[in-house]
Parts: sequence; structure tokens; C-alpha cells
Amino acid sequence: MVKVNGDFLDIAGKTLLEYLESTNYDTRRIAIEKNGEILPKEKYGKTKLEDGDIIEIVSFVGGG
Amino acid sequence: MTDDKLILGGHEFNSRFILGSGKYSLNLIEAAVRDAGAEIITLAVRRANTQKGENILDYIPKGITLLPNTSGARNADEAVRIARLARELGCGDFVKIEIMRDSKYLLPDNYETVKATEILAKEGFVVMPYMYPDLNIARDLVSAGAACVMPLAAPIGSNKGLATKEFIQILIDEIPLPVIVDAGIGKPSEACEAMEMGAAAIMANTALATAGNLPLMASAMKLAIEAGRKAYLAKPGRVLSRGASASDPLTGFLRE
Amino acid sequence: MNDNSFFVDSTFLSKSALEKKHRLENDPASRTDHMKYLEDMEKIDSDVMEKVLSEMKSYDSSAYTAKDVIAAIERERCTIEDFKALLSPAAEPFLEQMANRARNETGKHFGNNVYVFTPLYIANYCENYCVYCGFNCYNHIRRMRLDKSQIEHEMKVIASSGMEEILLLTGESPSMSSVEYIGEACKLARKYFRLVGLEIYPVNTDDYRYLHECGADYVTVFQETYDEKRYEQLHLMGRKRVFPYRFEAQERALRAGMRGVAFSALLGLSDFRKDALASALHAYFLQRKYPHAEMSLSCPRLRPIINNDKINPLDVHEKQLCQVLCAYRIFLPYVGITVSSRESARFRNGIAKIAATKVSAGVSTGIGDHESKYTGNESQDSVGDEQFEINDGRSLEKMKKDMEAEGLQPVLNDYLYV
Repeated sequence: MVKVNGDFLDIAGKTLLEYLESTNYDTRRIAIEKNGEILPKEKYGKTKLEDGDIIEIVSFVGGG
Repeated sequence: MTDDKLILGGHEFNSRFILGSGKYSLNLIEAAVRDAGAEIITLAVRRANTQKGENILDYIPKGITLLPNTSGARNADEAVRIARLARELGCGDFVKIEIMRDSKYLLPDNYETVKATEILAKEGFVVMPYMYPDLNIARDLVSAGAACVMPLAAPIGSNKGLATKEFIQILIDEIPLPVIVDAGIGKPSEACEAMEMGAAAIMANTALATAGNLPLMASAMKLAIEAGRKAYLAKPGRVLSRGASASDPLTGFLRE
Repeated sequence: MNDNSFFVDSTFLSKSALEKKHRLENDPASRTDHMKYLEDMEKIDSDVMEKVLSEMKSYDSSAYTAKDVIAAIERERCTIEDFKALLSPAAEPFLEQMANRARNETGKHFGNNVYVFTPLYIANYCENYCVYCGFNCYNHIRRMRLDKSQIEHEMKVIASSGMEEILLLTGESPSMSSVEYIGEACKLARKYFRLVGLEIYPVNTDDYRYLHECGADYVTVFQETYDEKRYEQLHLMGRKRVFPYRFEAQERALRAGMRGVAFSALLGLSDFRKDALASALHAYFLQRKYPHAEMSLSCPRLRPIINNDKINPLDVHEKQLCQVLCAYRIFLPYVGITVSSRESARFRNGIAKIAATKVSAGVSTGIGDHESKYTGNESQDSVGDEQFEINDGRSLEKMKKDMEAEGLQPVLNDYLYV
């Protein structure tokens, strides 16, 4: 299982890009951290998700 | 007045009003930016929505500098992570450090803020630390490479005005960086007073978000900040003192 | 500007010494470059001197008006511009108002405390030719250096009067009064006094650190004048001739761990308004750079010396001195201000109520003569001559009584050595 933004998903084995394409994330407007390290956009296609990975996907929201 | 610029990390700004974008509708942002005359707007970083569409960046006019904050961070490490994510989002090197270990008053943790500032300044960020107005910490922030200091005027979101006035004045007098008053400013008169004291800029969010008419309040704040800045540059005249003077002259002993 | 005639030829000097002296006095080309550090002098990385000198050079004291002065007196926080107005001739008619403001500031920071200390000269050998100074190497005076037992004897005499703070002074001769010698004096002083200050020739950071370890915690260095061109004409020979090394002495002392430093120009040597501005800014900029340091200003005026009783402070009369001290206090409310025994008892009583926070008592600027001065007994040893004539010879006891009579509280020290 892979933990994405707090939810456990059964996506181990896919690349990150494959996972993102299966969702509605706006890839121009997000940043991704894998196991606490930032993952540059160009690596999405090469990064294979493994069991136990923790993925954080963030974007900007309003704030002061 | 055109050469009176606010300089942050080598970048020049004409506006001295930094606008928050929290706690109000996205469709009001454009009017708020326009009527505030703002050139910098703050943003927060959060887990992304899986739904396409509603992205705040689509509502912010072109040419506005984005200032991501690190809200949600409880220590320096978390603030550093958030700042790096914000930079990965691809909107420049500015970051406002905001570290709260207290969920009741949301008071900034000065010690962790210094640590985060040091790390991020070394990584090339333009670091704008939100802080409790403490002179020693402000000096540490200068040494750590901050681009300015952002002391709070009152607890965040309180609209209570310049509760820390004396301490902000000390920072203005002693710190060789722009002092940007952040948090607590509720009314234009308070923003004006801070600018008259020599603050370099004002950051406001709740004052607008809670106003009856947001764009109108943005415009009022803008005028107040400009008025205060001009008054500061003009150097206020004397206040007639009413203090009594000694009945015996103090200098009666002088000879020669 | 009228000037003092400083040059005095002693009949005791050899023909060749006199020739050298005259060459130094008359031929600027015979003098060394006063802005160049000698080889053994430490050069630190600091922008303080540049900041102070550029403010001083651009200061035109005639440009200020009564309006500027009134605004300065009434502004809550005195800016550098305000301070310049307070030092200007336009401020002279407002001296009473300045004194009132100064007194309020002094009261806020020091209450009615006035600290009392005494200087102890342990040697008067000197290798410099500073034309206005009684210790200068061409002046024929009785030279002396106290040995350890003589120093201890002097300290016992002074300590028995009740004094707790001492300022150790030497002439500027690293060969006759070495750092080791001064260090030994500091160690002795720690035995008899609670607080030990030094007024010696400037040294490198390592030496300040050593002296700090020996017990000294405060360093006083007078720049004499901040006008480097005038400085060059007055300090014709010796290590003191090197202007920037002297300027940076306080910063080196602070880096070495000293708790406090003191500054001054010798008023009467040059444009006193510019010199007062520079002295205060020297303290101001260093305080910003070393916020933990204690800063103190003095305000000596030129005095007659042995073999030249005509030397005087020219246009710096008591009124101008009072103006300078009030301006110092308004601009730098937190700094200590010391008024020396060069001034009269009357002046010191008056100024202690307005701006001064520290006075000396039981003063001798000679060497080894405390016993005769304190007890009336002639000591067995011979004595060394003094640096300048003092004006206020009050004992500690008398000073305490007089200060109390003025409503002030004499304090012998409130200091913790860590």
C-alpha cells in the first residue's frame, strides 16, 4: 500500500505519473514529496511507487 | 516618491501593503489586489485537491509576487519542508516563515524561526520571518540572513491593533532591515500609525476578510499605509510638551 | 582658530634629540604615515571607523537653526540629525531646556546614582610625542614605574579609603610597561577592588584577552581627536601616531571579552563639535554591533601640563562642555558619562545632577604619591610627575558627602565579575 495525502491506496508498482494521470490533479499546480524528499516534476515518470511509500501532494491555497 | 522603494532580497516594490489571501472567496482576490494596490500576496501550502478547477493561482493577477507562508509548521524542520515544497511549486524564492507551536493563540515560535531562517537563507530563499517582536531574536534573524523581520502587532486574526507598539518601535530603531508589521492590524488608522513610526510595510489579511466590504477596506488600508509612509518621510512636527521645568535653573553653576 | 603653543624645548635634551624634535615639529615629511598600521598591529575587519568619519566630515554645525534644536529637544527618540543640532551653536541659547531633558533621561536610566572611582597611575614612561601631554617623551619630568610591591602599597592606601573601583593607567611605553607588567597589576587590583578598568596604550585582541583574564573588565582609550589631519599634527611620533589602530582599540577589547569600553576626544584639540559628534557615534555604532557591551563617554578638556602652564581648552568653555554633555545624554541615554577631576568641584557637582554618572575622587595623576596625598605622610620613595594638573582634589569621603548634599547617591560599584 502507498500512503497518498493520508489515504492508503493500492497503487504500488505504478509510476507516479501513471498514478497522477488516473486522477484529476492539476500537475502544473502541484508539488510532490516522496518519503520526505521533494520529487522534481521530471522524475514523476521514472519513479516507481513501492509498498510503504508516503506521498504528499500539495498546492497553493489562500493564506495570510 | 517614485524612488521610495521597499527592497526585499534585492527585489524592489512600490507598494508597501502585503496582502493576505486567506479566509475569503477566491473571486474577491482580484478586486482586493487591485484596490489594495498590492504587489505581494501571501499564500499557504496545503494538500492538493483532486478536483480540477479551483486553483488560487488562477485568481491572482499577473505580475504579483507570490509569498508562500509555512503555516502549519510546528518547528523549523517542518517549515523548511514546506518552504522547499513551495519553491517546487515554481513561483519564486520568497517565503514567509510562520512557525506556531501554540494552537490557541497562534503565537510564533521565535527560536524555531531563527533556525529555519538560517537554513532557508543559505538555500537562497528570500526569507521573511514572522516573529514576536523581540530585539535579540530580531538581531539573530539579521545574522541568519533574513530579508526583513515581520513582528506581530497583536495576536493573529485579532484585529486588536498595535498592542506591541513599543517593541516594534525598538525593532525599527535597531534593526537594519525592513520591519514589516504583520498580524493584528485591524483598522487603517493602525496601519497608518505603524507606518508613521517607520515600519517598512504592513501585512494584513483578517482586517480585510472580516470587513463588511472587502475591496473598499483594501482601498482604505492602501491610502492609510501611503499616508503613514509620507508622514514618516516628512518627519512629523513637534508635539508641544507640557512638562514643567525646574524653578531653579539647572545650569546656574556654569562659569567662564 | 586661536591655537595653543604646544612646543617646549627642554634644556635637558641633547643636541641630536632637539634636532629630531624640531624636524618632527616643522617638517611633516619627516613624520611617518599616521594611517598605516605598524607590522605588529592587528588589523580587524570593521566598518565602524568609516561610518563615524563620514558622518563627522559631512557635519556642518552652522547649518542648524533654533527650530531644529527645539524639535530635537522635544522628539522622544533623538536621531543622529537631532544630535547634530544639539551640538550646534544654534543650541547654545537652549542650554537650560537641554539640561532639563538630559536630567530626565539620566533619571530614567540611572536614578540618582553617581558612581565614584579613582585612577591609579602605575608608570609614566612614554614613547610617544603627543605635543599637548605632560608625559610626552620630550617633556622633562620625573619618570617612574612602580614595582609590584609599590603598586600593592598604593592599592592598600586607596582601598583603605573605601574605594571599590579602580582605573589603572600607564604612560604609553610597551617596553617600560609591558602587557605582562600591566597584567600583574590587574591581578593585584582584583585583590583590593571590585572593579578594574584599564587606560593603557592600545593592544591587540590577544593581549586584551590576557588582561581580561588577569581581572580587567573595562577599557578606556581616548582618540584625542577624530580629525585625522589634526591628529597627525599633534601625535608626531610613536605607536600612538597610528590613527586607525587606536580607533579600533575598543572593538578589539570587546572582541576579547571585555564588558565595557570608554571613549573620548580631548576637547580643545580641534573642532570640539565634530569631535563630540564622532565620540558619541563611535560609541553608538559599536553598541549596535556589540549590543551587550557597556558604553561610556568621557569629556576631558585640555589642561596645563608641567613645563607648559599655558595650555588651555580654547573655545570649549564650561557652557560648551555642559552643552556637549547634555547632547550626549539626550542622544545616548543609556551610556555612562564620566567627568574627570580636570573640572572644578563646582562644575562636577552641577553636571552630576544633569548628565554625569561617574566622577573620580582621591585623584592623583602622579606616580606613587597616594600615601602622602591621602595621609599627609611623606612616603619614603620618590614619586613620578603627573600627566596634567587636576582641578578637583576632593577625597572619597568629601566627594560622598558633597554628592549626598546635592541629592545624589554615591555608589562605589554595582558590578559582578564573571
